[in-house]
Amino acid sequence: MEEIDRRIINRLQEGLPLVEAPYAAAAKELGISEEELLSRLRALLDSGVLSRFGPMFNPEALGGAFCLCAMAVPEEAYEEVAGMVNAFPEVAHNYRREHRFNMWFVLACETPGRIAQVLREIEERTGLPVLDLPKEREFYIGLRLCA
Amino acid sequence: MSRIDPIDRRLIEATQGGLPLVPRPWEVLAGELGLEPAEVLRRVRSLHSRGVIRRVAAVPNHYALGYRANAMTVWDLPDERVAEVGERLGALEFVSHCYQRPRRLPEWRYNLFVMVHGRDRQETERQIGQLKELIGGDARAFDVLYSSRILKKTGLRLADPGRPE
Repeated sequence: MEEIDRRIINRLQEGLPLVEAPYAAAAKELGISEEELLSRLRALLDSGVLSRFGPMFNPEALGGAFCLCAMAVPEEAYEEVAGMVNAFPEVAHNYRREHRFNMWFVLACETPGRIAQVLREIEERTGLPVLDLPKEREFYIGLRLCA
Repeated sequence: MSRIDPIDRRLIEATQGGLPLVPRPWEVLAGELGLEPAEVLRRVRSLHSRGVIRRVAAVPNHYALGYRANAMTVWDLPDERVAEVGERLGALEFVSHCYQRPRRLPEWRYNLFVMVHGRDRQETERQIGQLKELIGGDARAFDVLYSSRILKKTGLRLADPGRPE
């Protein structure tokens, strides 16, 4: 990756200025033309170095309900249980982690009532208990990876 | 959390896929939504000041940037210490998420979740060492859960307000 791409990524993780010509303002800070910034951003998105460029929403503010959940899944049943859990459209993402609690997923529903319902359905379907760990307070969210 | 009106909602839907990569992105959105460009910018600023939009920013792919050692660290802190410690840890460059969550005793004793990202485990272990130093005597216990596989990843999408429960 070229040095200027690294600087673009680092600068634009912090946020674009909310002005009439935002790319021109950011380009000026970076010491390049607006045209170059836009073409490099397009290339970074096309190659998958950036997964997205745009407003980052606070999902709770959009009216949804979210809950982090954990399960301790026996190794021999892991693939089968992963399939069962992932089949629920409310499961937004699911990660395997190295721990006794080895399956961690996020439920995204339209209402808190629906979260409780899906939790019960997953427990019934898999025969395993689910820990529900909803967010109580947020201190920071966002990535500031150094490119 | 503040309310969003139907026009805000349409603006959010129009930008979920990303901001147009053109010199005047608000004009493009205004054209799509039948609004004045100044109105679009005013609404984006208002959503930002109310915390509905955290920022308009680039989201890098961890793996493409070489970050392969992603760990969820979990800490058992006295409840009255969580706010202060959480604010301090959330300000660190290598922390992407920092949340307070409920304990689920006896199975789960940890109430602070801090996600850290390193290029390899050595770097991540150094970051965890820094967390330990900052937390100092406040932590009664902690654990580290490295992610080893993504089983599913679909973006969070705006819920359809018209759909019945």
